Amino acid sequence: MRNPLLVSFILVFTIFFNATIFANESEMSSDETKTDLKTEIDEYIQHHLKDSHDFSLFSYTDDEGNLHHVGFPLPVILWDNGLVVFSSSRFHHGEEVATAGENHYKLYHGKIYKTDASGTITYDADHHASNIKPLDFSITKSVMMILITGLLMFLLFRGLAKSYSKNRGIAKGIGRFFEPVIIYIRDDIAIATIGEKKYQKYMPFLLTIFFFIWFLNMFGLTPLGVNVTGNIAITTALAILTFLITNFTGTKTYWKHLFDPLGNSMPWYAKIPLYVILIPIEVLGIFIKPFSLLIRLYANMQAGHIVIMSLIGLMFLFKNWIGSSLSFGLAFAISLIEILVALLQAYIFTMLSALYFGFASEEHEHAEAH
Amino acid sequence: MEKLIEDFSLGLFFWQTLLFLALVFLLWKYAWKPILNAINDREEGIRNALDAAEEAKKEMQNVTADNEKLLKEARAERENLLKEAREIKEKIVTDAKELAQVEGDKLIKQAKATIESEKKAAVADIKNQVAELSVEIAEKVIKEQLSNKEKQLKLVDDMLGDIKLN
Repeated sequence: MRNPLLVSFILVFTIFFNATIFANESEMSSDETKTDLKTEIDEYIQHHLKDSHDFSLFSYTDDEGNLHHVGFPLPVILWDNGLVVFSSSRFHHGEEVATAGENHYKLYHGKIYKTDASGTITYDADHHASNIKPLDFSITKSVMMILITGLLMFLLFRGLAKSYSKNRGIAKGIGRFFEPVIIYIRDDIAIATIGEKKYQKYMPFLLTIFFFIWFLNMFGLTPLGVNVTGNIAITTALAILTFLITNFTGTKTYWKHLFDPLGNSMPWYAKIPLYVILIPIEVLGIFIKPFSLLIRLYANMQAGHIVIMSLIGLMFLFKNWIGSSLSFGLAFAISLIEILVALLQAYIFTMLSALYFGFASEEHEHAEAH
Repeated sequence: MEKLIEDFSLGLFFWQTLLFLALVFLLWKYAWKPILNAINDREEGIRNALDAAEEAKKEMQNVTADNEKLLKEARAERENLLKEAREIKEKIVTDAKELAQVEGDKLIKQAKATIESEKKAAVADIKNQVAELSVEIAEKVIKEQLSNKEKQLKLVDDMLGDIKLN
């Protein structure tokens, strides 16, 4: 019964919201602004999806037409024949050349290039910047969010851990909400896929990766708009860890399964022609599995962000009551779905990692499994 | 694909790996281990409590069963006792009856024997008296009969005639 009420409330809110925006921008000539707005929105989305060197919360244009950024700078750490550290505020959001010692650096499309004092960027034939790129170990927005999430997780679960001893074995406080999730991961992910005997050594990784992905996904849905789990470097790092753990904890059975999948079911001379095909596939499989993990998480989060931001952008493009309200409604619905996706992707990543660990820690003989 | 590789930031990858490993380690040491231990302990506690309850239930059942058994035994004992008593009673009665019978028979037998002997004595006595009476009567008759000569002779003749007949 509450849904119609909620929907009408949202509609009223949207109409009001869009009416004010409409009032602000009606003075400009509509055709020109539309294409401008389109490219602006496109650039904004592209910019948002990427990592950045400063933590910008929002930006606005004042009455005199100057663009103001609200946020705080983050440290830039470069390795350029020695460690170079300076604040990202020196870039002035890519508008100025930062000078550190005798070197000059310029921020161009989210990447730091070494330039001369005037900040000249040279281009190669494919119109890519051909300046020298120093190794960039900056504390970027994503690194900042990882730190914040890590801290939050540590405080949250440390609190939960402490509450047990304080409260005679019963969870108390906000961590209590996550206790069923922990039990679920233990019982229905770890024990179900790895087995009662060996699940314990994988638990720290599984629990951490689940909450890490989940929390970062959720942070991505906040107006802070940090697209951490939708960054290919992050998902690659996570998938490589899964890959390493899988193969370093692999038992004899696991490796035998890889290189002798048919076992004793047929004579060796019959196996040779089959193995010419089978073994490369199996070996490829151990790389494809984590690769699918990294692409799945990356693509899902990236796509979610693009869809939501595009729908929000549409609101500003439509500039009429019906279209903007509809796209607001859609954006709202997709946001709700994204909340589910945030949890789902964390679950899938954890579940599949556990599944691969389960394969790796398989102990019994292949013949017995059938 | 080219865009993906271009987007790949080595710095972010480095920080992510480092920070994530640190996070796994820290959480493992300070959070997951105590949390999982606490949950395990609690589950163990619950399991133990359930087991204890089950045990108590079983014990209770045992006690009830024992009681039942005792009661049954007592009932059987009572039954036995009653049965024995009845048997004894019956035996006593039967014995008494038999004894009485035997005693009675004996008495009757004795009585019969006495009666018989008394009867015999009486018959003998009567015989004697009849004999004496007969002799006296015969004496008197003969005395009467043999008071004259004629009659004596006639008697002798009759007797002699009888002998011939024999």
